[in-house]
Amino acid sequence: MALIIFIILSALCAGAVAAMIVSHNQAHSALFLVLAFSSLGGIFGLLDAPFAAVAQVLVYAGAIMVLFLFAIMMFNLRLPQAPEKKRLRIVLTAALGVILLAELVLAGSRALRGAGPRALSAAGDIAHLGRLLFSDYLYALEITSLLILAALVGALALAGKKEGE
Amino acid sequence: MIPPAAFLVLAAVLFVMGIIAFFVKRDLLTQFMAVEVMLNAGNLAFLALTKALGKAEGQTVVLFVITVAAAEAVIGLAIIVLVFRQRKSIRTDELKDLKG
Repeated sequence: MALIIFIILSALCAGAVAAMIVSHNQAHSALFLVLAFSSLGGIFGLLDAPFAAVAQVLVYAGAIMVLFLFAIMMFNLRLPQAPEKKRLRIVLTAALGVILLAELVLAGSRALRGAGPRALSAAGDIAHLGRLLFSDYLYALEITSLLILAALVGALALAGKKEGE
Repeated sequence: MIPPAAFLVLAAVLFVMGIIAFFVKRDLLTQFMAVEVMLNAGNLAFLALTKALGKAEGQTVVLFVITVAAAEAVIGLAIIVLVFRQRKSIRTDELKDLKG
């Protein structure tokens, strides 16, 4: 059952990303990515990581992609981008992709050697995750909040000035 | 029971698709979306290995990656808006005079 769900979700995810590559409309690309990230959230759920799944759907498929959609609407690019004839670039990119894929699969198979699917030792539940976040990773968590504040101020400073100067 | 290798293969495929999208697409916004796809592939690999090794630390890393990606999206989009205001274009083949 879980295998069927995994196959459906991964096909949906990879297909949506492929459609994002093929599509020439930026808004369509962003919507395909919303689909891809939502199905990826489902895959996170299959991996016994419910909190990461929720964060994925809320933050990625929700907040970040909506931000992208707002930006796309702001740009108002009506010219539909002439399909460029850059065969060489596409061939080179495909070759790079094949090589990188082979490399990643090799590295992954080496990383997984002797590490079969093991029962999680209390790693799956959220209470353990929260305790970990607020004990071992406390400094990282606090610095992350600082980072978000800096991003907020930085975005205001960058894009907020309109008639200031 | 799904083997962890299946998740890792999916992560590798997603990462490579992100790379391909980054090099094939010609405007800043779509290239930025390709970067997000690559970040998600990294998250998926983290979670797959977290499950395979039975540790919870990978999930915390995924949470940090998601928050950093949100901050990065905010700053990146602000910069793209600035570029668009100055140049009236976000196509990377029209932004050739970026030097040094």
